[in-house]
Amino acid sequence: MVNLIIDGVKVQAEEGTTILEVAKFYGIEIPTLCYNDELTPYGACRLCTVEVDDGRRTRLVASCLYPVKEGIRVKTHTERVIKGRKMILELLIARCPNSKVLQDLASEIGLEQVRFKTENEDCILCGLCVRICAEQMGSGAIGFVGRGQKRDVATPFRMASEICRNCGACMYICPAVNLQCRGVNPPGELCNSCLIITPQCLEKYGQVMCSQNSCGACVEKEKK
Amino acid sequence: MKIRTPQELDALRNSLLKQRDPNKPIVRICLGTGCRARGSIDVLKAFNDEIEKHNLKIQIECMQTGCHGFCERGPVVVIGPKEFFYQKVMPQDVAEIVSKTLLNGEVVHRLLYVDPVTGQRAVYEHEVPFYKKQTKPVLANNGRIDPTNILDYIAIGGYQALAKAITTMSCEEIIDTIEKSGLRGLGGGGFPTGRKWRLCRKALGDVKFVIGNGDEGDPGAFSDRSLMEANPHSILEGMIIGAYAIDANQGYLYLRAEYPLALKQLQTAIDQAREYGFLGKNIFNSGFDFGIKINRGGGAFVCGESSALIASIEGKMGEPRAKYIHTVERGLWNKPTNLNNVKTWANVPLIINNGADWYAKIGTAKSKGTGIFSLVGKVNNTGLIEIPMGTPLKQIIYSIGGGIIGSKRFKAVQTGGPSGGCIPEELLHLPVDFEKLTEAGSMLGSGGIIVMDENTCMVDVARYFLDFLQNESCGKCVPCREGIKRMLEIITDITLGKGKEEDLELLQELAETVKDFSLCGLGQTAPNTVLSTLRYFRDEYDAHVRDKKCTAGICKNLIEYFILDGKCTGCGACLNLCPQKAIQGEPKKTHIIDSAKCTRCGICRSACTFEAIMIKSGVD
Repeated sequence: MVNLIIDGVKVQAEEGTTILEVAKFYGIEIPTLCYNDELTPYGACRLCTVEVDDGRRTRLVASCLYPVKEGIRVKTHTERVIKGRKMILELLIARCPNSKVLQDLASEIGLEQVRFKTENEDCILCGLCVRICAEQMGSGAIGFVGRGQKRDVATPFRMASEICRNCGACMYICPAVNLQCRGVNPPGELCNSCLIITPQCLEKYGQVMCSQNSCGACVEKEKK
Repeated sequence: MKIRTPQELDALRNSLLKQRDPNKPIVRICLGTGCRARGSIDVLKAFNDEIEKHNLKIQIECMQTGCHGFCERGPVVVIGPKEFFYQKVMPQDVAEIVSKTLLNGEVVHRLLYVDPVTGQRAVYEHEVPFYKKQTKPVLANNGRIDPTNILDYIAIGGYQALAKAITTMSCEEIIDTIEKSGLRGLGGGGFPTGRKWRLCRKALGDVKFVIGNGDEGDPGAFSDRSLMEANPHSILEGMIIGAYAIDANQGYLYLRAEYPLALKQLQTAIDQAREYGFLGKNIFNSGFDFGIKINRGGGAFVCGESSALIASIEGKMGEPRAKYIHTVERGLWNKPTNLNNVKTWANVPLIINNGADWYAKIGTAKSKGTGIFSLVGKVNNTGLIEIPMGTPLKQIIYSIGGGIIGSKRFKAVQTGGPSGGCIPEELLHLPVDFEKLTEAGSMLGSGGIIVMDENTCMVDVARYFLDFLQNESCGKCVPCREGIKRMLEIITDITLGKGKEEDLELLQELAETVKDFSLCGLGQTAPNTVLSTLRYFRDEYDAHVRDKKCTAGICKNLIEYFILDGKCTGCGACLNLCPQKAIQGEPKKTHIIDSAKCTRCGICRSACTFEAIMIKSGVD
């Protein structure tokens, strides 16, 4: 077992586990986007970045990939970390302004403005679909194509894949396109509904239900 | 013929030295890429023809060598045994060189280098100021050996270090020597090489790898290339010694796709080393086997990053991964892997031969040895240089580089390529070493030193490098992919005169996030140009944003061309050349540029012999 401190709490963890796994186990929430329990961590969204002090220096690491080490001190919500997470979300929302998953994260983290010119992409390039296809479905029908701005998820040579079984796992796991944001504001702008109002469902069910299907009730309440 | 013992190697060397008459006239022609571009192949051919014509084949030797360094003055030819240094040699000069210098020992004065400051002619290489201020342990043999001939390398003492290391030193002793010497990763990272080797040796694993990184992709850097082209065996020798110390049996050389000559020279070198038994089974009868394979890159800059390079060798997409578990523990195919830059490898034989203390004496307290740089930009003497670590930038630019071209003023120097930052005039006293440059917001990087004069717009420089990085980012992580794109968007707006005051704040904030949150070195260092220009050249950003003014006269949307009344003679040269027909005027009267039609292409300005066409920026 490895001893470490997360947000001031002394915890123990098994060797080989990541900071994110340990934090989750102890109920410390770290926002993630490209992470899934069942898939190999990828470290692309950088939202789970935390500050780690290993006694020699403090540095920022992706908690989904960083294996716990004896004696490290982890801080999951420092000013520097939150500022960076906000900026990353701002960048992502400017790219995919209608993604509900991003809008929800923005509300949670308190992002209130997007200062970049908005585009109208759907894919956030988190790579979950690529990984589920290869790792869980044993198929590997899709992959990343191109570099940098031209990066894209596609089948080889963009042709109909012979090995895709149409299982739909990629659609199932995609956090970005399955549900478009239906907030108060016109498409493309920050919704922030959850920040400024108390949703009715919260009183009724004890949690926000718009991840199922947004009923629009909170929007109407705001209009009054 | 396989060399199996140090005695055999000595015997071979001695017999080579005996065969070679040190007083025999020899022509050494630089066939590095720079001189080739200036026609040195034709010069070589002309020499061969001329020698043939006079039936002098036995008396005169003609040899192709790698880069001599002074690319600005290529093609470079050195005539031994007296070592006359001729520059800008053309095929038509060859007959004169053969008849005067080679046959009669006279100097051809018009081919000598003339110091532009003192007007003195330099007869020998060491008299040329460009070479005089350099210390060249690594590059010393570049111009003395034929890179395609292993015997040349053996004759100057090549593979002696390998023989010494394998037959007289234990693996631990080799690593101790390297560690004591203070050698650090010369690819830019600066990680202590000895420590890396030790970690890799200690790492658990039955199979281990060593890799030589020759994927030099920075704009303006060619130091790795020149070394690989000119002295490939020094890199191989270093790798074999390293592999022996780490106990690795396989090596890879990862080569940039755009280096065909380096590929050819290295492949020839590997084949020859195998032929002589320096590679292959049972090297020096020690039971140690080692082989090197060349892996060509696919043209991605990011593959110079170690984990992306490893992915590329594995046949995967060249994308970096987090290195929280270091590559010395889990690298290529998850096996312990020791990766060093080719320049680092080339230092190893020198350290083994001369000892750790010799190496540790060169350089500064923390950065030992020499640095190899490609000095380019607006300096008089561009080329490949080697200097002790800690040499001040000022000395590099003014003593070796010969100062700024023309009567222009120095503005900034960029070190480390797109990952580095721009250093202003007030910091020119800075010594070039790992720590000092990083403190100044730049880095040593892969060895490009780009000098910029007053006609450079620093906002435009930042835009240029961001544009490069945007194309080269692999796109895996969000801060790098999206962040660089947005920084470029903001800076492009600024250069177009559409910048707003709040943009600069956003730019700063964004740059810091990209630096802190990116996955690999490319993203983490990408904002350096932005951050350093914001730090040292803030006034230029302010001028662009607030006054819509580009003081250097570069940003096309912010400048206007106009013709000076007193200077224009009305010759009509500009008028005839203007592709937009934006210039009007009668012969012998001052012409006028119609700013609405003008596209600021600058053709008129370069055509005007009277310096009558000027650039103005902003409303004066």
